[in-house]
Amino acid sequence: MSAEMETVIGLEVHVELSTKSKMFCGCLNEFGAEPNTHVCPVCLGMPGTLPVINKRAVEYLCKSGFALECTVAPFSKFDRKNYFYPDMPKNYQISQYDMPLTTGGRVVLPSGKAIRLNRIHLEEDTGKNVHAGGHMTTSEATLIDYNRAGVPLMEIVSEPEIGSPDEAEQYLMALRDVMLYIGVSDVKMHEGSLRCDANVSIRPVGAKELGTKTEIKNMNSFKSVVAALEHEISRQRACAASGERIVQETRGWDEVRGLTYSMRSKEQAHDYRYFPDPDLPPLSLDEATLKRWRSELPELPAQRRERFMTQYGLPQYDAGVLTQSRFDADYFEAVASASGDSKQASNWLMGDVRKSLEGHGLTLSTSKMTPAALGQLISMVKSGAITGKAAKEVCDVLVADGGDPKAIVEQRGLAQVSDESAIAAIVDKVIAAQAESVAAYKGGKAKALDYIVGQVMRESRGRANVDVVKRLLTERLG
Amino acid sequence: METGHDIRDAIARRDRSAEEVTRAALDAIGRVEPSLRAYITLLPERAMAKAREVDAKIAKGEAIGKLAGVPTAVKDLFCLKDALTTCGSKILANFKPPFSSTVVQRLDAADAVIVGKTNMDEFAMGSSCENSAFFPTHNPYDLEGVPGGSSGGSASTVGARSVPLAVGTDTGGSIREPASFCNIVGVKPTYGRVSRYGMIAFASSLDQAGPMTADVRDAADLLGAIAGFDPMDSTSVDVPVPDYGAGLRDDLKGVRIGIVRDFEESIAVDPKMAKLYKDAYEDLAKLGATFVDVTLPHAKYGLATYYLIAPAECSSNLARYDGTRYGVRKDGDADVYAMFDKTRTAGFGDEVKRRIILGTYALCSGYYDAYYVRAQKVRTLMKNDFDAAFAACDVIACPAVSCPPFELGAKSDPVAMYLMDYFTIPMSLAGIPAMSVPGGFVDGLPVGLQICAPAFEEARMLAVAHAYEQATRHADKLQPVVS
Ligand SMILES: [Zn+2]
Repeated sequence: MSAEMETVIGLEVHVELSTKSKMFCGCLNEFGAEPNTHVCPVCLGMPGTLPVINKRAVEYLCKSGFALECTVAPFSKFDRKNYFYPDMPKNYQISQYDMPLTTGGRVVLPSGKAIRLNRIHLEEDTGKNVHAGGHMTTSEATLIDYNRAGVPLMEIVSEPEIGSPDEAEQYLMALRDVMLYIGVSDVKMHEGSLRCDANVSIRPVGAKELGTKTEIKNMNSFKSVVAALEHEISRQRACAASGERIVQETRGWDEVRGLTYSMRSKEQAHDYRYFPDPDLPPLSLDEATLKRWRSELPELPAQRRERFMTQYGLPQYDAGVLTQSRFDADYFEAVASASGDSKQASNWLMGDVRKSLEGHGLTLSTSKMTPAALGQLISMVKSGAITGKAAKEVCDVLVADGGDPKAIVEQRGLAQVSDESAIAAIVDKVIAAQAESVAAYKGGKAKALDYIVGQVMRESRGRANVDVVKRLLTERLG
Repeated sequence: METGHDIRDAIARRDRSAEEVTRAALDAIGRVEPSLRAYITLLPERAMAKAREVDAKIAKGEAIGKLAGVPTAVKDLFCLKDALTTCGSKILANFKPPFSSTVVQRLDAADAVIVGKTNMDEFAMGSSCENSAFFPTHNPYDLEGVPGGSSGGSASTVGARSVPLAVGTDTGGSIREPASFCNIVGVKPTYGRVSRYGMIAFASSLDQAGPMTADVRDAADLLGAIAGFDPMDSTSVDVPVPDYGAGLRDDLKGVRIGIVRDFEESIAVDPKMAKLYKDAYEDLAKLGATFVDVTLPHAKYGLATYYLIAPAECSSNLARYDGTRYGVRKDGDADVYAMFDKTRTAGFGDEVKRRIILGTYALCSGYYDAYYVRAQKVRTLMKNDFDAAFAACDVIACPAVSCPPFELGAKSDPVAMYLMDYFTIPMSLAGIPAMSVPGGFVDGLPVGLQICAPAFEEARMLAVAHAYEQATRHADKLQPVVS
């Protein structure tokens, strides 16, 4: 094969919904609890138990559907997907087969390219096998934690339109941003609340038909998605180049060795024997409910980014960063309104606040600094109550400990000094001490003045009004 | 025969104590149990404790439930907290659920005294009660005969007058057929009328719990106690439960009864059975009923349809029995799938395996449309048949069974056994209420008359059955050989 090859990727993304309770019972949906403490007869699939649909999960899925421009079906149903596995309490999973809650829709990447969606459906998660003593093949025993069994899971299936591992990552990030915005999931990959399978194939550029695809299972970080896809694509390209046949199969991703490996071939593929779950009547959603859910959607990241650029005149980069999380974007808007200066609000958040947050290992949402406090600090700088330099110090205190900026300024004696006689005393002291610089300045080295100003500021611990300092210095050294 | 409502009234009047009644019932069960083997588990301590609780309520002048102090048996597929619940299967031989089924909770709330868990065909699959993994139950009218299945234990203990009330379940006829064989009243309510929560599933879209009782009034009272919406069961229906007892009547003036032409041809092959049903219809006429002919053109596909849908659902419902979480486990040395295999091979009986295989096959991707989907379409046609029939009549009267109880071991061919449910399956597929009421005797053995009504019209059905029962009193004409 000599033709130029292109990559075709389709992603199946599983997102755990952050409802209070599980999909079909009242158990808490909460990560990190002691094994098998959030279980009941229903989610353990005990004989005689029956599922009851969690309406909030349906709402969350529909809202996700609206946010991704899907068609939300007023009538859908739940099916059973039958297969045996010890972490599945009933040995069938309640899922949606031929009538999912949503179809169509799209995810728009920052490049502007839209990846079309095939569907989003709702299902229940399985439990988790824990192999005592390490690996499945060597462990003495397998323990099962069913806390996750029955957690509502949304499966977002894209069309095979993703062209590269980089695009796959952008797609996942865009999905994550939307889910965080509408508050339906915390989307934490390391806690398993976002998991991803990929269908990968290659074909000659311009070809209509898809090549033979392989499915890569269960990648659990954005990094591993990119790495696994890169490896699989180069493997397939090598196959194609050497004339070897690409086998349709399911492949696993070995994080440690950095390669994909064959799990099972198409011949061993499951027949899931889907059929409508007779324990659940079809789900019908009335128009008014759907309309209400749609109206409750917040502004989405892409829209908000656009608005930040037009309304606040922010550069694309700043708008992108500030809208990455809904919390940060809300925070920015609150600071802009409290300070009355959106440009300064952005400057602070993108600059000193970010640095300080990083220094303390915090984020805006974990910091104790309120938007009102930061807004007030910005106002204080603008009004001349405090110098920019002192404000940085106050900002760092706010980020770490919270509090009221005025009180901090008072407590630390950081108020700007504009009183001429007080400043004049310092100026005189510095002129006396910095004879060399004074001489240099007088000798025509204009730059030396900056140094002297800096010394005065230092002597005043940053509190002196710099305009007054400059005026007094030029008067005296005139 | 002493009825549940007689006992309840006597206890309420303080003529007898619940404790006395319960002890007598446990004694009666103990006397006949060696010949009948109707129970998998007896719960004497729980029963006595409940009886004392009822007596205490009465002593304190507190309100008592509608079934206060009445000895009641439940089929061994109703989960009962911390009590053995085997579903007639070896695979659940050690299973004690950590919760009680809604039916059990409602019996407790109505102050019924649950005396034990009755024998049944394994996972409710069978028409003779010979498919229990533990032992067969015997018919109280003929100890060589079967009590009918799958609720045979419940039918047998009520037929033997040990207890007046029992709860059974009906998927394709499992309440009505054994009721017919044991000369008692058996009611399959509308699908969705009684919660299935905590009832070990066979075929979810068909299973329905119902009363098996000494007389129609008891059936009305028991149904009233267990019926009604349950938020734990999404298929239970939120419609009001009428006072069934208040609607019972003694004549049938103005009632139009549908006679199913298609069934008449089937029953005609046995002249004795044909004669019994002819007499039964004449008795109904004497009470003032008028008759209309109705047809159920798709009834002949009932068995084929049923034996696709029920096994399909069972193959999925029974997948959970793999030895991992509860029940009996057989160790597999190779891997977890070997454990599943060994556990299921040892744990399930032949009939259960047969239906799992049948259902698995029917759901396979290549056959799904040809079998499962088509069966569901026939099911819709069956519903339409009944809708059309009930446009012309108030209730339908028809045979409950094609024969009187047969001898244990007589039907070794599974298909011959499946045919036992010929007259009961169409109503199950349509989800409508249907019941069997004692209808007379053939060769000295009991046979039931089936009465069916439109969905949620149990009151109408019970009213007709009551009038017929009061006029004929078949249940009183023949005493069980053991009691
Ligand atoms: Zn639960």
